[in-house]
This record gives sequence, C-alpha cells and structure tokens, in this order.
Amino acid sequence: MHPFSYTRANEPQAAIAAVQSAGSEFIAGGTDILQLLKAGQRTPRRLIDINALPLASIEVDSTGARIGALARMSDVADHPGIVENFPAISQALLLSASAQLRNMASIGGNLLQRTRCTYFRDASFVACNKRRPGSGCAAIGGENRMHAILGGSDACVATHPSDLAVALVALEAIVRLLGPDGGRSVPIAEFHALPGHSPHIENVLRPGELIIGIDVPAAAHARRSHYLKVRDRTSYEFALTSAAVGLDIADGRVHGARIAMGGIGTKPWRLQAVEGALVGTRAGDALAWKAAADKLAVGARPLEKNAFKIELAKRTILRALGTVARAT
Amino acid sequence: MTTDLTRRAFVETSGLACGVVAAGVTLGLNSDAGAQATEPPPDREPASEIVLTLRINGAPHDVNVDPRTTLLDALRERLHLTGTKKGCDMGACGACTVHVDGRRVNACLTLAVMVEGKEITTIEGLARGSELHPVQQAFVDHDGFQCGYCTSGQIMSAVALIAEGRARNDAEIREFMSGNICRCGAYPNIVAAIRDSARRA
Repeated sequence: MHPFSYTRANEPQAAIAAVQSAGSEFIAGGTDILQLLKAGQRTPRRLIDINALPLASIEVDSTGARIGALARMSDVADHPGIVENFPAISQALLLSASAQLRNMASIGGNLLQRTRCTYFRDASFVACNKRRPGSGCAAIGGENRMHAILGGSDACVATHPSDLAVALVALEAIVRLLGPDGGRSVPIAEFHALPGHSPHIENVLRPGELIIGIDVPAAAHARRSHYLKVRDRTSYEFALTSAAVGLDIADGRVHGARIAMGGIGTKPWRLQAVEGALVGTRAGDALAWKAAADKLAVGARPLEKNAFKIELAKRTILRALGTVARAT
Repeated sequence: MTTDLTRRAFVETSGLACGVVAAGVTLGLNSDAGAQATEPPPDREPASEIVLTLRINGAPHDVNVDPRTTLLDALRERLHLTGTKKGCDMGACGACTVHVDGRRVNACLTLAVMVEGKEITTIEGLARGSELHPVQQAFVDHDGFQCGYCTSGQIMSAVALIAEGRARNDAEIREFMSGNICRCGAYPNIVAAIRDSARRA
C-alpha cells in the first residue's frame, strides 16, 4: 500500500468538505478498497473514514424503505421489514460475499464496488481500460466466460458484481446523494454507467459526492419478489447469471412485472421487453413465459466463451418466475 | 543454529528469506513491472504514525501504527497475538476472522485505526483459563481440523454463527460458514463440531 493519512469525519458536510482536497477518498466498510489498496490500484493520499456519520438507519413503512448508506449488508438482509416487503433485496444480500464481509460492507459501498474481471484485478496484465484508460481490453480476446453479453463495448466487457444493485434496479430504487452543491436523487437504473469509450467511469457520482441512502418504493411486485443466483459453486461466489424478479399477480393474471439480471450485463440489467411480454399472461403459463424470457436475447453479443449465458439467463428467469408465482 | 530457537523465530526468519525470493520471482514474471517503473512516483505527504488504544479480549493495548496497518497485522506483528492467521490477506479465506463488537469480520480488510474504541475478540480471548470454549472443545472432540491453519478463523466464525442463530441444520451451517475455507477439506468434521456445539448452546 502507498502511504496515506487518515481522518475520521463525524458529519456528512465535513466529510464532503474533507474529500475535496487532492488525493482524498472515502472509506466505509473497506472490504473492496482494502483489496484495491493492497493491489496498488488505488493510491489515495488521505482516507476519510465515514463510518461515524449518522447514515446507518433502516426504516420501512407503508410507502417503502429508506436505507442509510452506512447500513451493513447483514443488517439490511435481516431487517424484518425488508424480509417481508422486499424479499429480493434480503435474498440478494444473503447470496452475496460471506457472513464476515456482509457484517463489514456498507450498502452505499456495495453499489460502488469494482468489477471482479480478472484482468482488472490482476495488475500484472497490461491491458485494462478500466484500470489504465487506453491500454486495451485483455478480456475481449481472453478468458471471457464470466463476462457480459449485454452492454459491452470494444473497450470493456466486464460485468458489475453487485447482487444488491440488481434487486434495486428491479424494484426501481432511488439513490440519494449529497455533494458540495447540495443533495440530489438518481434512479438506480441511471446510477451506473455503460462502459462505452470510458469504462473507467462507472457511475454518475460527481467529485465530492457521497451516497447517503437508498429509497425503495413499496409495491405489490416488491412484496412478491425473489432473487435467484446461479454460480460455479454453491456459495461465496459471484454470479454467472442472477435474476431479481417481482410480479404483481391478481385473479391469476400478471398485472405488473419487474425483472433485472446480474452476470449478463456491464451494469445491472433491467429487462423491460421481458416484463412487457409477461404482463397479461396467466400466472404460470409456461409457454407464454418462455416466449417472454426469449426476449432477453435481443441485442445480446456473446463473446467466445460465454454464449452459454443466453440460455442460462433464460432458464434463470423462468426458475425465478416459477418461485414467485408459487409464493403466497 | 541455537538449541533455543523457537518455532516462531524460525518461521519468521524463513519467511523473510521466502519474501526476498518471492519478490524476485514476481518481478521476473510481472509483464507490467517495467511500465510501472517508468511512471513518476506519486506526490504524497509522509504518513505519520498513529497512537491507538485497542481493546482486545477485554484489555486495553497501546500500539503505534502506520495508518495502513490492518487489524490483522496489528494483532500479529505488533501485539504478538499470533492465534489469528493470515491466509489470503484479501478477505477470501476467513483465516483472520475475529469479532468486532461481537460481529465476525475479516481482520485483513480492517484498518486497525478504524476499530479504536471497539471490543475486539480473538481466538486467544475464548478460553476461560485452562478451560476451552465449548466450540474449541467441540473442534477437538470432532477432529475438526487437519493442519490447523484455518482453525482459529473457523472457530471464531462458528462462535458467531451459533450466536446469530444460523446453525439450525447442516445446510445452513455450510452456507453461513462459506467464508471460511479449509484446504485440508475437514468440512464434515467442522460441520459436526458446530452442529454439536449449537445443540448444547
């Protein structure tokens, strides 16, 4: 690790003021930044510890959930109001990382974690446009089994690793930000950026801005939601494919559907074409639901080693839909 | 070699030698090393040492650390509490698991300076005098280890798991212990030890 100094902030405004001096970065749970510091990928001059900020509360009422950015993954996963009203969020968190990491990692930091693309994480590879803009992408012609089939560019095909973000995209959460010029809210679907020509820019955060919380609106499809994660080993692994699905079912018909997927896109991927095809179908109509899931392939550009993800993603959606349809 | 050379002193000396060799190997294989060397060194202020008081196993410990020091390195290298093990040093193996304010965490991804004022419990803090903690005793009774390197992390994780109420069946124990890797593959006996401890708790 390169040398850095350490400062603890007690108020959000003080943290935002402090982080504007050159070379300063926030640290919350620290689970990702410590890895990046040890790998020499981040070289801040100063870390601003934000863990003492009063941003760790979790409130759930009839309008929705308000989750403080410093709430820990494990606390959100176990919160009775989240479990009951937003099961996909709780399940996505419990299928993430390990129990130890979930006790440490913050909700805000989870949205900002960097990709697990091997070529990004291992600095001994020269080419990585995320790590060193303009250096190229080693994954496009390399070991790309884990990479994206949607949203990639000639510069980057890395997937976004967060499970939580996938559930939040499906449930149309709002990210609350505070910066030097005040506060603003960004829909989670617009928070992460496509790689395009600048894959090192991963979100819409402006310099000095801090995630202070995440709001999730209450909805029938949120109460009847589910997160399914498919991976190479049973636990403690990133997704090959994952699906957050929510259905509003009444009188045996689908009145509303929300679907987002992880493991297939360069950012958490909302599948509105699939949602649209599900609306009006009879709950559990295997043929209609398969036709709906087939729509996820539109625009997919598989790489040499990950074409299997198209079929796997369809089956992931269908299995998740089946679970939700049976839920009471 | 003197006869009173301790195992620890030997390991530390050997580790130093290995480190030198490993560094050479890394440079030789690292295709990016040349490119990195041509970049200008970053402009930065020298980091000053921070004086901390860490509460570990119920007692205060004063320690001077560079801000970069992880809790794991502070425990092992500065306070000589070497029961907590360093495996991957990247949060992937769980060998460094300790409790901070009663919650299990990876000490390798925790900066020491960030846990000042918190209650830290390490494997050295579980036993009461010569009486092992019930989970420690269960690992002995069920032969829940082979080489033993991951064991202190497994036990710290298991104690927390039982307190969390996540040891209701074998599948749940396996899922919620998945942050602790055992390269020897002693998992069946680890699960048996935890199942037994949870039943008695």
